[in-house]
Amino acid sequence: MDIFDTFFNASVMAQAWPMLLRGLWITLQLGIVSILLGLILGLLLALLRLYAPFWVKWPVRLYIDIFRSIPLLVLLIVIYYALPFVGLRLSAFASATAALSLVSGAYSAEIFRAGIQAIAKGQFEASAALGLGPVQTMRDVILPQAIRIVIPPLTNNSINVVKDTALASVVAMPDLLKQATQAQALAANPTPLIGAAIIYVAFLWPLVALVSRMESRLGEGQDR
Amino acid sequence: MTAFIEIRDLHKRYGAFTALRGIDLTVAKGEVVCIIGPSGSGKSTLIRCINLLESFEPGSKIIVDGTEVACGRGLAKVRAEVGMVFQSFNLFPHLTVAENVMLAPRRVRGKSKDEARRQALELLERVGIADQADKHPGRLSGGQQQRVAIARALAMEPQVMLFDEPTSALDPEMVGEVLDVMRGLAGSGVTMVVVTHEMGFARQVADRVIFMDDGEIVEAGAPERLFDGPTEPRTRDFLRSILNH
Repeated sequence: MDIFDTFFNASVMAQAWPMLLRGLWITLQLGIVSILLGLILGLLLALLRLYAPFWVKWPVRLYIDIFRSIPLLVLLIVIYYALPFVGLRLSAFASATAALSLVSGAYSAEIFRAGIQAIAKGQFEASAALGLGPVQTMRDVILPQAIRIVIPPLTNNSINVVKDTALASVVAMPDLLKQATQAQALAANPTPLIGAAIIYVAFLWPLVALVSRMESRLGEGQDR
Repeated sequence: MTAFIEIRDLHKRYGAFTALRGIDLTVAKGEVVCIIGPSGSGKSTLIRCINLLESFEPGSKIIVDGTEVACGRGLAKVRAEVGMVFQSFNLFPHLTVAENVMLAPRRVRGKSKDEARRQALELLERVGIADQADKHPGRLSGGQQQRVAIARALAMEPQVMLFDEPTSALDPEMVGEVLDVMRGLAGSGVTMVVVTHEMGFARQVADRVIFMDDGEIVEAGAPERLFDGPTEPRTRDFLRSILNH
């Protein structure tokens, strides 16, 4: 009885619901924009890391390593609270998007690179022998195959990006988590937090399940 | 007959290993040349140098139809003129059979989709698998895949076709269908350089057979001459070893 009143209080939830929905909308915007920017950045970095001359390759490698090492929360706080000291003042949304996509880009780069490197050398040779240029080879032959391979790990990475959007509440982004904590303070009851947790799970569980399915299907494909 | 491929003093090293030690070879337009020899003798390396899938040592020279084979502008021209068929087919698994054949004509020659498709179906007809045009290569047998690979190379209307052990990865019962297609090509006047272990094919189809061993050309000549009266001891040993196994 007490447990239900404390964690699953219907009237508190009804009151908090509009706030949570507003927060969810911001979380989704933040997640989707960061995922897309991260994918574009990741593909670019992967291609540079594989094929650029060494004086480009080397800094790219450094970027990838640094942004995979730095804790996202630290990066976010540096962007939001430290950059204004050098005159770069980003909004909370821009800061969070920048932090999420810079890190996601580094991880995506390694995923894309692994995918491209998994394509047999014969595919590159056949393309070259047909007279296809490097750009055509990538676009028409290598990437369509590589991307198919890396869809499961990229989806995993995207799930992580959506989860990490919750960190944006630290820089006063009114995202799902922030709205939930505010609603909790308002109602002096943690039900909105439980609601937020359930919403996160409801959105991400299907994606997690999808990845498992894709991974097992890919495994079967290799057996054939 | 004019020299279409001219190879002069071709050297190739992999680190400390010397793969080719001074190859001189000219191939005339319309000629069919078969290269035989033990594995590791440099046969594949030699034909892979012709379209620069392998780089070679400075001082070596390969000229295809008047264009020197080197990195840069000339390379695209050479590669568009030189078709290649690989041991492991190397078809594009994400494209259908027809799309495999259409890709290069569309991208490199700028053909329209309809035009490329019409040409692809013609070529697939010629290699006997027009009915498989819209399947993916993974659904085809090895012999069918290799015939698609031949059609794909022909779609660029190459001046010369290179075959790198085209039947070595095939089950025995599929070797014949691929050799038949190659025999047809040879008969139609296509210039061909074929690395092969199929001595019957070489004897029957080649204008000239080249025996390579240890990175050099040991002996070359008309098939009857080379198979029936080899003058070099190494050629004799090789032919004896493969005929007696």
